[in-house]
Amino acid sequence: MRVEDLDVNEMIGDVGKIICEHDRKKGVLIHAFQKIQQDYGYLPGEVLMTLSKKLSLPLAEIYSVASFYKQFHFSPRGKKVVRVCMGTACHVRGAKNVLNALEDEFGIKQGETTDDLAMTLETVGCVGCCGLAPVATINEDVVGDIGKKKLELLVKAIKEEEK
Amino acid sequence: MKNDLLIKICMGTGGLAAGGSEVMDAFKKQLRVKGIKADISKHCSIHRVGCRGLCAKDVLVDIILNNVKTTYQFIKPYMVERIIEEHVINGNPVEEWAVTEDYHQFHNKQIKVVLSDCGNIDPEDIESYLNVGGYDALKQVISTMSPKDTIEIIKKSGLRGRGGAGFPTGVKWEICFKETSSQKYIICNADEGDPGAFMDRSVIEGNPHAVIEGMIIGAYSTGADKGYVYIRAEYPLAVERLKKALNQARQNKFLGKNILGKKFDFDIKIKLGAGAFVCGEETALIASIEGQRGMPRAKPPFPVYKGLWEKPTVINNVETLANVPYIIRNGAEWYSSFGTEKSKGTKVFALTGKIKNSGLIEVPMGIPLREIIYDIGGGIENNMAFKAVQTGGPSGGCIPADLLDIKVDYESLAQVGSIVGSGGMVVLDENDCMVNIAKFFLQFTQSESCGKCIPCRIGTKRLLEILERITCGKGREGDIELLEDLANDVKATSLCGLGQTAPNPILSTIRYFRDEYEAHITKKKCPAGVCKDLLSYVVIAEFCKGCGACKRVCPSSAISGEKKAVHKIDPDLCVKCGACFEACKFKAIGKG
Ligand SMILES: Cc1cc2nc3c(=O)[nH]c(=O)nc-3n(C[C@H](O)[C@H](O)[C@H](O)COP(=O)(O)O)c2cc1C
Ligand code: FES
Repeated sequence: MRVEDLDVNEMIGDVGKIICEHDRKKGVLIHAFQKIQQDYGYLPGEVLMTLSKKLSLPLAEIYSVASFYKQFHFSPRGKKVVRVCMGTACHVRGAKNVLNALEDEFGIKQGETTDDLAMTLETVGCVGCCGLAPVATINEDVVGDIGKKKLELLVKAIKEEEK
Repeated sequence: MKNDLLIKICMGTGGLAAGGSEVMDAFKKQLRVKGIKADISKHCSIHRVGCRGLCAKDVLVDIILNNVKTTYQFIKPYMVERIIEEHVINGNPVEEWAVTEDYHQFHNKQIKVVLSDCGNIDPEDIESYLNVGGYDALKQVISTMSPKDTIEIIKKSGLRGRGGAGFPTGVKWEICFKETSSQKYIICNADEGDPGAFMDRSVIEGNPHAVIEGMIIGAYSTGADKGYVYIRAEYPLAVERLKKALNQARQNKFLGKNILGKKFDFDIKIKLGAGAFVCGEETALIASIEGQRGMPRAKPPFPVYKGLWEKPTVINNVETLANVPYIIRNGAEWYSSFGTEKSKGTKVFALTGKIKNSGLIEVPMGIPLREIIYDIGGGIENNMAFKAVQTGGPSGGCIPADLLDIKVDYESLAQVGSIVGSGGMVVLDENDCMVNIAKFFLQFTQSESCGKCIPCRIGTKRLLEILERITCGKGREGDIELLEDLANDVKATSLCGLGQTAPNPILSTIRYFRDEYEAHITKKKCPAGVCKDLLSYVVIAEFCKGCGACKRVCPSSAISGEKKAVHKIDPDLCVKCGACFEACKFKAIGKG
């Protein structure tokens, strides 16, 4: 989506009628971030600048909203996003070991991306498959019940796709 | 050839992760090859599979042949051919792959209202929901009842909010109904941020139309004409099914203008959450929909008076709304016949942790905790000793073994210092350290604190620091009292529910497991053997055979010893990874 094409009235819908101009523009922010991130994979600075001009909202205000949410990122992300679940069920079943092993294997810490932009490693607070704990997700696929064997397979699966 | 055949395959997030779609393809292929006609419906995982570890290993399949149902577990694509051959064609179920006794036991003590259709109907097909009486409640409400009548039924049923606080739903609706405003909203809270709970996800994935129907009835009763579902972006399958369901509801005139030919307009939009636990709090959720930082504000005014864009807004949890159609259809008396005097109806729990049958369960309020753990859950995994159950996630507390006979309802759990909360139930065994569990929850709440109010922002940080020093062996005398003091202050002075409840895990673990805290602080020992800094590994000379297995797996070359002689661990080199402990076949590595 090009920010220039963003249609504030359409995005906000009918509620636009009852709120003031400033609120109306703010109301679309999160939606706009989600769209931008869908296209670019992150929120590039220049695009946010354009968004700021387009909505006549200060860049600081835009940044303040975007930075509040974990979902939004300000730097490019890996092709594969691996999220290790750190929820309660996974915690008591050894999620920490899974995370440590992946950190060692790829030489990055959680929240970081490998230099070749192949993989980003993150944690998440429960993906809702606690019965399968410990759990990790690779993009949108869920891998459950990660023991030692499964961990090797997981690493292999991540690496394979890197090539 | 039999003609009455229905195959149901688990296709929830759990089922899919276990290969549900491959099994489905195998069935489709085999049926084509063998020339059999069958109705393959998508069968969501929650009801049958219930993520009870079964889906961890494989997929659960129901074969209903001439009205006789056989359920298979651990199904893989290669097994499909034999099932079709022996069972479908020759009529002899493959006994060895069928579910075992614990599967039935898992279901026997449950009473299903919200989950009654989950797992039986195809969540992506509105017809399937209509066939089991779906949208009948809506039709009845719109054509024969006034908003007042509807509210009266919900009030009489005793339904209380399932999102955590347990506020009576009928009362909330009535307040909103009485507000005069040109515009009102109803919001379904599907943010489900509690780490270790998946009730709402499963309900939306298994029966999205029940939630939508509940919302429409809520809108009709309160006078709202716009609805939002605020749902976590981490639940892609739920979002997709919800989108499909909304479209189908629109096509069937359950949403839109002049619903069912009456003068009643209502439509629902999906808002994706952007990853912040605090956005589950209702005022923060509203701020987030308005496009601001998701920070809560002081209440009152409550959202029913001043909510989204300052208009009266009803916010209800997914499970609360999904109960509504069933209550209308079966009557208030029916619903209130389940449960206790003050906690009516049933509640869905996500039973997880060190439990044999982990999964999604629905039980009547007031059921003894023991029955949940031992009858439904099948007891503790690997025959370990039960230690505690943690309920209510980061806002809740733990219940120790000697309180196993308490009833599970709002009042009883509150009495012992825990809460029903949204319905997470994590079982802990003797290998779990309670100080570590408290630290885990504090790490969560501390990092999720939005930072608006000081008690929560700084208080949780300080609490966490104290817990960290206790678990790494630097605990000081008086730390327990300091924790209690600070915890009570944070509870009393925080702005929103997050801070007000964040200290609960600490207070309740201190209450029941004070001795564990003391062991960490004074003896510098972790009785459960979890806190690494307080652990040391030693070779127990009398058991050591000198096989060298430990030496080979040690990543830091901390183990030395000749073959057939007793080995030794150098504590300065040991990184406490526990590899030797696992590698030793003779139990000759001691941990403590
Ligand atoms: C920190 C915090 C997180 C919350 N998270 C949720 C949530 O994930 N889902 C939910 O339904 N309610 C959540 N709530 C409760 C809501 O604020 C609100 O009480 C609830 O949605 C009302 O619906 P009910 O009356 O149907 O329970 C949370 C509250 C707090 C303080
Ligand atoms: S805690 Fe990991 S999936 Fe729920």
